[in-house]
Amino acid sequence: MFNQLDMLTLQMYWWVIVSLLAGLLVFMFFVQGGQTLLWQIGRTEEEKTMIVNSLGRKWELGYTTLVLFGGAMFAAFPLFYSVSFGGAFWVWLSILFSFSIQAVAYEFRKKPNNFLGAKGYETFLLINGILGVILIGTAVATMFSGANFERGEFNFSIWKHPLRGLEAAFNLFNVLLGIALFFLARTMGAMYFLNNIDDEVIRERSRKEVGINFAAFLPVFLIFAVWLLLRSGVDTSSTMPAMQPYKYALSLVQMPAVAILLLTGVAIVLYGVYATWFQNSKNGLWFTGPGAVLTVFSVLLLAGLNHASFYPSNADIKSSLTIQNASSSRFTLVTMSYVSLFVPVVLGYIAIVWRAMDSKKITREEGQNPDSSAY
Amino acid sequence: MIEQLQQGTVEWGRATFALTALYHFLFVPLTLGLSFIIAFMESMYVKTGNDEWKKITKFWMKLFGINFAIGVATGLILEFEFGTHWANYSWLVGDIFGAPLAIEGLFAFFLEATFFAVMFFGWDRVSKGFHLFSTWVVAVGSNLSAFWILVANGWMQNPVGTHFNPDTMRNEMLSFLEVALSPTAIDKFAHTTAAGFIVSSLFVMGISAWFILKKRNLRLSRVSIVTASTFGLLATMFIILTGDKSAHDVAHTQPAKLAAMEALYDGDSGVGITAIGYLNPNKKLGDKEPEFIGPTVELPFALSLLSFHDFNAYIPGMNDLVYGNKERGVMSASERIEKGKKAIEDLRSYKKAKESGDKLAADAYLASFRENEKHFGYGFLKNPEEIIPPVGITFYSFHLMVGLGFYLLVLFAVVLHFSMIHALENQKWLLWIVFLSFPLGWVATEAGWIVAEVGRQPWAIQDMLPVSIASTIIDTGSVIAAFFLFAALFTILAIAELGIMIAQIRKFREEDHV
Repeated sequence: MFNQLDMLTLQMYWWVIVSLLAGLLVFMFFVQGGQTLLWQIGRTEEEKTMIVNSLGRKWELGYTTLVLFGGAMFAAFPLFYSVSFGGAFWVWLSILFSFSIQAVAYEFRKKPNNFLGAKGYETFLLINGILGVILIGTAVATMFSGANFERGEFNFSIWKHPLRGLEAAFNLFNVLLGIALFFLARTMGAMYFLNNIDDEVIRERSRKEVGINFAAFLPVFLIFAVWLLLRSGVDTSSTMPAMQPYKYALSLVQMPAVAILLLTGVAIVLYGVYATWFQNSKNGLWFTGPGAVLTVFSVLLLAGLNHASFYPSNADIKSSLTIQNASSSRFTLVTMSYVSLFVPVVLGYIAIVWRAMDSKKITREEGQNPDSSAY
Repeated sequence: MIEQLQQGTVEWGRATFALTALYHFLFVPLTLGLSFIIAFMESMYVKTGNDEWKKITKFWMKLFGINFAIGVATGLILEFEFGTHWANYSWLVGDIFGAPLAIEGLFAFFLEATFFAVMFFGWDRVSKGFHLFSTWVVAVGSNLSAFWILVANGWMQNPVGTHFNPDTMRNEMLSFLEVALSPTAIDKFAHTTAAGFIVSSLFVMGISAWFILKKRNLRLSRVSIVTASTFGLLATMFIILTGDKSAHDVAHTQPAKLAAMEALYDGDSGVGITAIGYLNPNKKLGDKEPEFIGPTVELPFALSLLSFHDFNAYIPGMNDLVYGNKERGVMSASERIEKGKKAIEDLRSYKKAKESGDKLAADAYLASFRENEKHFGYGFLKNPEEIIPPVGITFYSFHLMVGLGFYLLVLFAVVLHFSMIHALENQKWLLWIVFLSFPLGWVATEAGWIVAEVGRQPWAIQDMLPVSIASTIIDTGSVIAAFFLFAALFTILAIAELGIMIAQIRKFREEDHV
């Protein structure tokens, strides 16, 4: 069935998949957000252990989503993999560092003779929660604000800024997205605790954190969103790419389906917070999380679709990457499209296991039971 | 643009990748094999309902979890290093190479990530059957992930199912099945996972032997040692078979690697294997110096037999591959370099002709390019001698790996024998040998990777893309700084992991646990 699609449709299909993965990744950032709340919500050792055990059964899903996002980008848009990962070297390496320390932190934190002590690994979790999320937000924002590269013969690229990607962190627009994601992650992290831990003290603190962090998230996100709609973007509809004023606002008008998705996403995010705050619901995450998926999904669609450049070059506009010039061959896209049909299967078994594991909530008592508390 | 690539960047990029890969592979083999050993033990628990089995399962599972975490951490870095350190590579072959990586993420990593949580937190949350199922899924998922990454590596060794597209200026996939089911990839998968099973068996045997020597946890140790030595013996027999297949494959696809593995300078028919020998450090390509100093142990005709399944088969030596051998139809490296340069020139001319709309000229250049396409990669080399990988490290690593393989075969067989006649606990000497042999599995697997990867030099993709142009265009200082950051991180994590493992093993008392 994918054989019949034309090249542009295949490229668009893959941009949709990549955007969806980015959305799911942001949802899974509730783990990172939860990590940064470790000290605020967990004030005693016992509470901290409950939190770590609660997040400890979920962190790998987010981590794997990040790996899959990288893999999908590599398979579908290898030129982005080459230009951005090699070019923005230090940003990506910093992100890698912050995630690789997460991978050991849960397992090692409470084990005897662990060299760095529990505090050391808790610091790892904090670094991952702050730096990992903010830097990924910053890197994703460059899909709109652009980066400093030039492509030459064989499509080999040269990075034009000595900070090799870290310069993105000195651009307010990029940082706004990073900070917005950070507070969103904390909001969702607190919602997850409400849902996953059966303990009045933790629930009380988590509910409070939902309010505080969402209050911080909303204005930052709104400034970012308005700025995005007001800014120019590279348009590639004619033979020579050129800057077009209000590129992304125009795209929303020209692709009303994306506009509807975006507004729906935001509305569901808001409803999740409303339900948590005003209706005392423990299920806010099940609205705010999917709402975040939809919101991020539609924002990223703006970056790649409607003749936009999803990685504009500020050094040489002709070098900007589009879903057309950065994609894999038709053969690879078709092959990988068949592979992508398994995404719902994967989401399906994750959902089944999640339900099975979460049907029994975490309590103070079970900390004593080695069969249910591994960390 | 290629001119802007600094040699130091390439070398330090290689060092970084080698560091990450070697480090990663300290942990992966245990994941591959221990997962199956645990799944077997848990199956026994579910079948018999005996809590002893649960206790044993949980002990090994705990060590598995500690090890798994650090494998995950280094695996992420490896995946992204293709982009950060090998950006040109990522573009030139991303069309083929990206696919198995993405499939690995989707098919294997999610299985592991999802069901790992059940393994560790699910004992009282899901049914016994579902828990057992999860443990098996983690074992299968880990090995499935090994399959896809080894498909990617196998393709680097033997790039099948692909062609160069002059319009996009990169290599593109023609057949997914050829890439995924390439004999090189399948051999690699079989050989590498078997190595993982051996390392895991030694790990289980080594710790159990130590317990027996200390007269503690005897029930756990007896059961574990029987399971592990059986598993290890089967895996070692299997690895010897797959090793034979790998040699056969290397002979056909990577003759320079084979010649270096055996320090074969001058090719011949009916070539033997030097099983033991000390390389002459002064020996150079093209000279008449002897290859070895002092006595050697030879296995006559063995290399011809292993490589081509024919006692008298001709095997080209390094001198033949570099300087050519007309009689045997071996083209010299300098001729291939010339043809490669011609291909690059044709490609440039093709691009220009196409841009200026001269279709006739473009077609002619393209036809000429296709004639020399298979030498394309050679056009980026400077000297013919570059096509030979470092001989010493390839030769010694290979011989070390093979020697250890045969030693371990004997060890597993002897341990299994004494276990079966219930006499193991009296053989203190054997228990000490088992305990002291426990790092040897790692030594052999790391040596194997060195043969595979150093032996592939100067190619990132065999005959297609030399490492010298595969790198990111970046200043050497950044790559050096990143190398030391990685080295520091890995060292800290390794110290932590080792400390935790030892503490877990030391404090374990089977009487205390359920």
